[in-house]
Amino acid sequence: MKGRYLGISGLALILVLLCTSAAAADDEAEEGQKELLRISTTTSLYDTLLLDEMEEIFEGMYDVDVRTVSGGTGIAIERAVRGDADLILVHDVVRERKFIDDGYGLSRTCFAYNYFIIVGPEDDPAGITGMSPSEAMKTIMDEGTENPDLVKFVSRGDDSGTHAREKILWDRAGLDYEEVATSDNTWYVEAGQGMGPTLRMTNEMVGYTLCDTSTFAAYRSELDLVPLIEEGDVLLNVYAAIPVSPAAYPDTNCEMARNFVNYLVSDEGQDLIAEYGTETIGKPLFNPARGNCDLIGCTGDECALQLADDYCSLAEA
Amino acid sequence: MELILALDPTVVEITARSLAIAVTSTVIAAILTVPLGGLIHFHNFKGKRAVVNLIQTLYSLPTVTVGLVVFLLLSRSGPFGSLGLLFTPGGMVIGQTILISPIMTGLTIAALSGVGPAVRDTAVSLGASKFQAIFTIMIEARAAMLAAVLLGFGRALSEVGVAMMIGGNIRGYTRVLTTAIALETSRGDIEFSMALGIILISISLIVNLLVNRVQGNWWA
Amino acid sequence: MIEARGVWARRGGAEILKDVSLKADRGEILSIIGPTGSGKTTLIRVLNLLDPPNAGRVFFDGVDVTEDEKERFIARRRMSLVFQKPAMFSVSVEKNVSYGLRIRGISSHAIRDRVRSALRDVGLSGYEKRRAFSLSGGEAQRVALARALVTEPELLLLDEATANLDPRTAETIEDLIRGAGEDGLSVVMATHDLNQARRLANRVGVLVGGELVQLGSPEEIFERPRSEDVARFVRARSGW
Repeated sequence: MKGRYLGISGLALILVLLCTSAAAADDEAEEGQKELLRISTTTSLYDTLLLDEMEEIFEGMYDVDVRTVSGGTGIAIERAVRGDADLILVHDVVRERKFIDDGYGLSRTCFAYNYFIIVGPEDDPAGITGMSPSEAMKTIMDEGTENPDLVKFVSRGDDSGTHAREKILWDRAGLDYEEVATSDNTWYVEAGQGMGPTLRMTNEMVGYTLCDTSTFAAYRSELDLVPLIEEGDVLLNVYAAIPVSPAAYPDTNCEMARNFVNYLVSDEGQDLIAEYGTETIGKPLFNPARGNCDLIGCTGDECALQLADDYCSLAEA
Repeated sequence: MELILALDPTVVEITARSLAIAVTSTVIAAILTVPLGGLIHFHNFKGKRAVVNLIQTLYSLPTVTVGLVVFLLLSRSGPFGSLGLLFTPGGMVIGQTILISPIMTGLTIAALSGVGPAVRDTAVSLGASKFQAIFTIMIEARAAMLAAVLLGFGRALSEVGVAMMIGGNIRGYTRVLTTAIALETSRGDIEFSMALGIILISISLIVNLLVNRVQGNWWA
Repeated sequence: MIEARGVWARRGGAEILKDVSLKADRGEILSIIGPTGSGKTTLIRVLNLLDPPNAGRVFFDGVDVTEDEKERFIARRRMSLVFQKPAMFSVSVEKNVSYGLRIRGISSHAIRDRVRSALRDVGLSGYEKRRAFSLSGGEAQRVALARALVTEPELLLLDEATANLDPRTAETIEDLIRGAGEDGLSVVMATHDLNQARRLANRVGVLVGGELVQLGSPEEIFERPRSEDVARFVRARSGW
């Protein structure tokens, strides 16, 4: 009896080993033939699954294996700084410029935009409806300080693009962020997580939070929260693509990154962006950059223009 | 840099919380699983083998799965939502206790199984009652049972699935070492992340050394 | 003191004890002899109420203790058993010897004195703090005996008590057993050492193949064996 069990498990083990090495061999064979494009992006963009759709189309256009990883804006950029990505798609213009100035990125190309929104409970306990974004934030703080059980604000707390925008809002309201964010303020909750989990937490706590429209739409069905403040220049959220510079990492797949950017700003790409998500929530999750360059503050070369064929070799010079 | 971190009040707070939650979970789990393990071991009942098999299968419960299930239970729209335990350290303790209970029960049973029948015979022949004999066997198995508790503690301390989903990594309230590491990594602050990781490992090391010392003092 | 009536025991499908009846009175030393595998250990375990018999009855001090759990427990507390290879608890010698006293709730003050004197009786004075696992075979056997005697049992059961001991230590133990018998303690000892049986026992029972083939005084057994089996066994072992 014992011998039989030993035999069977031994056989199973060998089978497993064979299968895994076959799969590994398969992968290696594929890598030998196909090119690889590594994209690093933020959760806000990734969670909407827009990139999944684009990847499929792109892989049909070129003989390439697109691999995308997402994270907070911080790690998304950091991965490229470490050379673990060929292209970044993020939405934090300040850090994007630094990325380029430090020599890691070649140039930024705006390809889409939407707005941040302040979402909260339907009955709006703090009464922020109709206010400007900064006014609303200040009101939330005032009401929250008085009534922390009734009014709460949940922050990303993770230095993401969304978090950066939140800080700007506080600043515009004339408040010192450090003072707002101290642990003594029980109305202010720092989640330290991605947008999805932060939304869930806000929902649980029946509070307010700042969110990008695309992620909100993606999670909407499980939330009781509603958008309360949707207008205001300060809420503009611009997405840009930056290929990694061959000067920093000579092995980076700059050509394919360039191809992907060109796809993003092509008519097909911009059309796809313009319509994406309409089936799920009735209106698109993103707006194409095409034709809106002034609105979103992307000027000249930055705005939705195709990259030249010699784009990558120019960098090396 | 690491030296500065060693004295940074935030790091101290996070570390203290990690320890507090892990220790509490371990203690509660031990109170539940030691008698349970004893009960299962010392009784022969139909389906005992199936029960033990189930327990061993639950050893590899993914932490995120436990986190998800407990989340659904404690959420406002769940059965225990009114207790308000979601995103609190108390909720984290509940989740981690559930997580480490199978391993502690199973290892308790294994520890007791490792005590030879001669021990029971000797105890009984010297006049031990049923409970006294059980107690004696547990004492004989004490080194292995301590190992079970230590393993439970280690798992609670270094898991991130439950802590993140139930605790929410709220600064100043439910942030622990593992969730802080996740956050700092996602922010791109690799150095800080590593430093926290080293603290975590050091704690495990110290606890292990202490437990080994205690086991050495026992003559098992 | 202790009596087995028509006891049958089955282990793993085989009949180990077949219709065994015997008894030992107060202050009597009864020795059970027989070849290996004859069921001596099983008999001792049945008498110690560790294992219930498959058939037959056991009486302790006149009380039927075959089935009633409560009576068995009370009876077990009035007797002690030393196994062939005694198991030590993984604690100190002192903790081992005092085990029976501690579970009976004796005060720790009294325990200390009784342990000391029990260790002295077996020739292991000063061994209190030693780790039980570090003892030699002979020392462990003596500790087991001290552990069994310290509770002042009315019946002492021994299974090859001096098997692992050197002649001098064995003599010490035998003196102890003899002395205990003189103090009114009943002793039932299983042994393969015929000379020991002759030396110590008031009566001897011969167990062959699970059957008690003869029971009587040492002279009866050794000089007037009743059956061929007995005779063969006795002759073979005592080198006639």
